[in-house]
Amino acid sequence: MNSEEALKKLYEIAEEIYNDLQKGDVPKMKLAARTRNNIIFNNEYGVWKYGDAKITRSAKKLDGAYMLLRTLYVMEFIKEMIKSNKSSTLREMYYISEGWSLAKFHSQDESNKLAEDLEVITGHLREDFKLRPEEDGASVIGNITVEEINRKGEPRRINCRDDVGDSGYLIPYNVEKEKLRFVDVDADFVMGIETGGMFDRLVENGFDEKARAILVHIKGQPARSTRRLLKRMNEELGLPVVIFTDGDPWSFRIFASIAYGAIKTAHISEYLATPTAEFIGITASDILNYDLPTDKLNDRDIAALQAELKDPRFNTPFWHEEINLMLKIGKKAEQQSLAKYGLDYVTDVYLPEKLTELGILH
Amino acid sequence: MGIAHKMAKKQREISIAEFFEKNKQILGFDSLTKAMVVSVKEAVDNSLDACEEARILPDIFVKIESVGKDEYRITVEDNGPGIVRKNIPLVFGKLLYGSRFHAIRQSRGQQGIGISAVVLYGQLTTGKPARIISKIREEEVAYEIILSIDTKKNAPRVIKESPIIWNRDEGTHVEVTIRGRYTRGKQSVLEYLQQTAIVNPHAQITFIEPDGRKIIFKRATDTLPQPTREIKPHPYGIELGQLVNMVRSTRTYRLTSFLTTEFSRVSPKIAEEICKKAYLYGDMRPQELTIHEAKRLMEAFSKVKLMAPPTDCLSPIGENLIKKGLKNVLGSLRPGFYAKPITREPKVYGGNPFIVEVGLVYGGELPKDQPVRILRFANRVPLLYQQGACVITKAISSVDWRRYGLEQRGGEGIPVGPAIILVHVASTRVPFTSEAKEAIADVPEIREEIELALKSLGRQLKMFMIKKERKNKLSEKFFLVTKLLPEIARKSAEIVEKPIPPLEPVISKIMNVVWIDEDMEKIGKDEVKIKVNVTNFIPKELKFTLYGDYPVGSLLETDGSPGEDYVKWDVKIKPLERKVFYFRLGDAGGYTETNYYVDGINPSVVVGAEPLPGDWNIRLETMEEILEEEENEEEEVVEDIEEMEDVGDE
Repeated sequence: MNSEEALKKLYEIAEEIYNDLQKGDVPKMKLAARTRNNIIFNNEYGVWKYGDAKITRSAKKLDGAYMLLRTLYVMEFIKEMIKSNKSSTLREMYYISEGWSLAKFHSQDESNKLAEDLEVITGHLREDFKLRPEEDGASVIGNITVEEINRKGEPRRINCRDDVGDSGYLIPYNVEKEKLRFVDVDADFVMGIETGGMFDRLVENGFDEKARAILVHIKGQPARSTRRLLKRMNEELGLPVVIFTDGDPWSFRIFASIAYGAIKTAHISEYLATPTAEFIGITASDILNYDLPTDKLNDRDIAALQAELKDPRFNTPFWHEEINLMLKIGKKAEQQSLAKYGLDYVTDVYLPEKLTELGILH
Repeated sequence: MGIAHKMAKKQREISIAEFFEKNKQILGFDSLTKAMVVSVKEAVDNSLDACEEARILPDIFVKIESVGKDEYRITVEDNGPGIVRKNIPLVFGKLLYGSRFHAIRQSRGQQGIGISAVVLYGQLTTGKPARIISKIREEEVAYEIILSIDTKKNAPRVIKESPIIWNRDEGTHVEVTIRGRYTRGKQSVLEYLQQTAIVNPHAQITFIEPDGRKIIFKRATDTLPQPTREIKPHPYGIELGQLVNMVRSTRTYRLTSFLTTEFSRVSPKIAEEICKKAYLYGDMRPQELTIHEAKRLMEAFSKVKLMAPPTDCLSPIGENLIKKGLKNVLGSLRPGFYAKPITREPKVYGGNPFIVEVGLVYGGELPKDQPVRILRFANRVPLLYQQGACVITKAISSVDWRRYGLEQRGGEGIPVGPAIILVHVASTRVPFTSEAKEAIADVPEIREEIELALKSLGRQLKMFMIKKERKNKLSEKFFLVTKLLPEIARKSAEIVEKPIPPLEPVISKIMNVVWIDEDMEKIGKDEVKIKVNVTNFIPKELKFTLYGDYPVGSLLETDGSPGEDYVKWDVKIKPLERKVFYFRLGDAGGYTETNYYVDGINPSVVVGAEPLPGDWNIRLETMEEILEEEENEEEEVVEDIEEMEDVGDE
């Protein structure tokens, strides 16, 4: 049903292009500007979404002309998929475009970006276009039982502590209710962890049981499904979400995309972001307070921090203080630098202290 | 010149071998690789000078053979006038012997230590004598002479001398065996010969490397350089030692006549004035001048107003031949752009006339991420060493090349980019930083001339880049309207199931320019026919004036109105219409392309012509503005750092 509507929207785009040409006008598409300067705070959802600034992709420019042409090809492709009841990964679409002569994508970035552009223009999710991302292997360990509809269409119950191996429960690309249902949970909070090394450390130390936590390995910048799952656990199960990352500007951005909404996907922030998520560290203050081993900030790090000072999402006293402090000390630290004090330090001292500070542990 | 005489004096007192050993560095034999380059250079410079003096197109053969560990035999043979038999031992076997040492003229030899030093170096390092064959036109036979140098007496020691039959009418063949090392790449014999070929396009140079590889630098022109003229020294440029020598050897009897006959730009009236200011009698015998008095005379020179020395004694390479030389030698790198070389007007520093010439090539297969290559020349001789100390390098470093499209940190230093910059300084006396004669001293007058010339090259480069960028943008648009747009139309029509709409109105809206270009047709050797194509991609009828200002030749015929050195057309053109104009030129062998100018139309919508009128700078600025406007059209600002954020999202 959603797919039919999405297709109709795409057809309208084609019609507009045709009408422009017939009138002797240069065909164009308008869409929200996907930049830092065009995100505004949405009070209704408590997340950051695109503002009113629009950009025009017109056939006057090479990029615009390519985009129009590709949109037409993608549309045809989606139509075919809907007809034959198939779906494809973004990567498959990229390879399929090999046969589109001039409209072929030169990199997967281009095809991913177009898929997002089409989301922004039509207001539909790429799933409605029968496009899906690849699995990215983000995983969950903790005492939560889910029911997933497997590929045979049968529901299967999985306890993410008892029914999984060391790598945990792999998050599927579709985590919507029709695919994934929460059955039971016995935990006090959810913790998203940036790096695999730290995730494994917490698992090995039995932190999930000790602290009654659901551990989610978010694997760097988290995929949509990971962010969506965090949000569902937060909203539907009423569990607080905390995020534990490295202490550098890029990790701050990981947190921002989870809590406030990502700039690239601000059109669906209300669907992906968890506004109540808390940042646990590593903060610049932690570097000083815990006297952590550090690396020097490089030029790109510094530029990124400075960009964050201008980013409306980071415009809070907490973030400005932390960002300025990091700039001042000129240093960054990894999560695993806590091992300086021993392998148990993170679970025995650091996290309990930080979680108590946040009021999650008592 | 001072040191040469000091050297000459010393040679009587100490053994010349000892002197040589002590002054190896000054003479350029401080490393084995350098000894190799210097040895070849001395011989080749001699050959080129001799040929030029005799007005012969040089044909030079250079061969290096390995004859033992670090031992090489260097052979240089030319088709020059040859050397008369009795002078051969002196030229090759006596240090500091030569015709050019006292002459005030632009010559290569001025900077050398002389071929005899190479003979001596070979003798000292390998113990082997030199072998010379030379033949002059007037004699039936050539003479083969095997000689070494008597290091005690600084005199040639002829080991064997015999008349032989030689297959040349005239010419000289030199063979020296030296201790050295053969390398390729920077500061090598090959580089020296390559650069020599660039600034001597009238010479043909054949080179055989030790591994037998043969490299030929072909002659690019049959035009010999202008003969250089000897001039008398100018009082502003004289040194005390030289003055003392001059008074000693003059045949004049009175100081005033000494001044008027032995110097340039000194009239009898000025000679009187000089004597007065030096507190000397004009009637005194110049030979009786004491050192003290000579010094007073020097001071007086600087107190009188004199005309600058004559500058017609210099022989620049010339704009045309620099370009030919660069093309000939660097053509295989396929540079995208040869700037029009610049030969400045002659100028004077401290009484010495000099002239600066520059050239530049850009693009092609030249490395993009390395400092530009600098080719330095003094009196047509490549300078391979001491780049950092040279005024040429300093001038290049002090120009802000960022304005002209090259990368340069902080706007100073050697710029980075795919370019080669050539600078030639010709003078009756090139002011070297040291006796090694490897770098030109930082003389303000010379530096200023070089900088001015470089800036004008820079403007050409910028212009080229602007034009290229516009062309690129336009060829993109061409692709867009001829390929992408029809596809968009076809596909959208297919989807909405309607006929494909006509695209002409959209095409002209997208292009929105008047496109001007030319096709050249050669008719015979010197005649060309130029077709000027004008296409209106603007969706309205236009009326404007087009001017074509052709660079060479004479106008034979045109369908426009002929002007003094331009052609003018009144253009009236409908949307998507294409008009073809033409003109024919005679004497246009060197034709490259015409500059077009437009009037009565917004120049920013015209491609292939510039606005009229306006001098260079104004034109450049408008071009830049136009480009900026185009940049601003970009609707989407991509923030690099921002883009990094969601890289992992999928």
